[in-house]
Amino acid sequence: MISIEDLYVSFDGHQVLKGVSLEIKKGEVVALIGGSGSGKSVLLKHVAGLMQPVKGRVLVDGKDMRTLKGKGLSNLRDRLAFLFQSGALFDSMTVFENVAFPLKEKTGLRDKLIRERVFKELENVGLSGSGNKYPSQISGGMVKRAALARALVMDPEIMLFDEPTTGLDPVIGLAILKLIDSCHKRLSFTGIIVTHEIPRIFPFVDRVAMLHEGVIRSEGTPEELVSIKEPILQAFLGE
Amino acid sequence: MCMDFLQKIGAFSLKYLYKMGVMGIFLFNALFFSIIPPIKIVRVLKQIRFIGFQSLLVIVLTGGFTGMVLAYQGYYSLSRVGSDAFLGPAVGLSLIKEIGPVLSALMITGRAGSAITAEIGIMRLSEQVDALELMGLNPYRYLIVPNFIAAIICMPLLCAIFNVVGVFSGYIIGGKLLGVGVGIYFGEMANYVDMSDIMESVYKSLTFGTLIVWVCCYKGYYTGIFTGFGAEGVSKATTDAVVLSSVLILMWDYVMTSLFF
Repeated sequence: MISIEDLYVSFDGHQVLKGVSLEIKKGEVVALIGGSGSGKSVLLKHVAGLMQPVKGRVLVDGKDMRTLKGKGLSNLRDRLAFLFQSGALFDSMTVFENVAFPLKEKTGLRDKLIRERVFKELENVGLSGSGNKYPSQISGGMVKRAALARALVMDPEIMLFDEPTTGLDPVIGLAILKLIDSCHKRLSFTGIIVTHEIPRIFPFVDRVAMLHEGVIRSEGTPEELVSIKEPILQAFLGE
Repeated sequence: MCMDFLQKIGAFSLKYLYKMGVMGIFLFNALFFSIIPPIKIVRVLKQIRFIGFQSLLVIVLTGGFTGMVLAYQGYYSLSRVGSDAFLGPAVGLSLIKEIGPVLSALMITGRAGSAITAEIGIMRLSEQVDALELMGLNPYRYLIVPNFIAAIICMPLLCAIFNVVGVFSGYIIGGKLLGVGVGIYFGEMANYVDMSDIMESVYKSLTFGTLIVWVCCYKGYYTGIFTGFGAEGVSKATTDAVVLSSVLILMWDYVMTSLFF
């Protein structure tokens, strides 16, 4: 479903990714771990087509993200959703309007159906009573849940999560991970979760990949990863 | 040493040429999407309200006081050579051909242009622009085109209001305080101000409107790319937008004046 092939990325002469390759199968959820500034979010933005690599390519469903433009890119993005670290909710719209926005703009649904759909999605993420509030009036955890509702309202086939629990307390962080897991069970999307939540993320993902010094240093199921005797990985796992 | 210096000049020139290229492509895209449907009518109306309606007070106040000052200064100069009867044409022509379009454009830059840059800049830095793109929606259609259409509609109207208020304020000073008769003030104005002068005002304000939204939207859209990040980045983008718009308005005014002369 998603194939990252020999990806090289640099900013102002500084090489961030130095030949990253990673395969993600349909319906699989992969956690991408690594130190701060290791290029995890940059890699995710390349998968979404928000950035262009110096070398290498990202194939989504066999389509090269570098060459996709206009209608082709728009069609692919209709099947893809991105949960930004900050939530990236439109701050001049209420939570309800934020979740309704993609439905209004991308579907020909009538207002009544959109309303029903949005209320259902807000209920799924536990924000039933917060639809009329603005992003600045709700907590960080609620912003993430509202952003998740907006991302899921179009039933995406691919979900990209950029540090979905960063800045949240452990209880709310775990609730968000459980929410992502329940959404995955419901929608069976293919996902990449960029996270520092180790080992808490392990029960919710099929595979884990560790990005270190611009390459995928270790990769495998959570069980396999724990048994790999790689000093960097072990340090990261806290053992 | 010499090579280093030349390299620095070359790098500096290339950087600015690149930015100018990006700015040119930005204008092309904005104009292209402004004429190709779908147009987001609700957002256009919202921006007409913001750029046009909400700027009325500042335009009326500036136009009013400018007209009054012009009448005082005009009367002072003209009465010295015994030509105070020409106060009407002096105020009318100065306002319509020059001061009206320029001052109204500078006022709109300060009031609406800076706000447009800050709004788009904050949206860019908080990844709201990326969110739009990832929904498969064109950010130009949502953020840039409504401002272009609104400015092109509003600027000539605001300029016309500025001119009318200025002319009448000039009459209040010239006619009521300084004793120039209403017939002389408006009669001479009708003799000397013709349609081509009014059209010059319309053309100038149309191009100034395009220039303001071009610079202000561009500076906001590329906040964090060509300017710094965070609050400082937005502040720099806003300052740059107002300064560049104001300078370009005055430069373009010279070009248009020399073309119409």
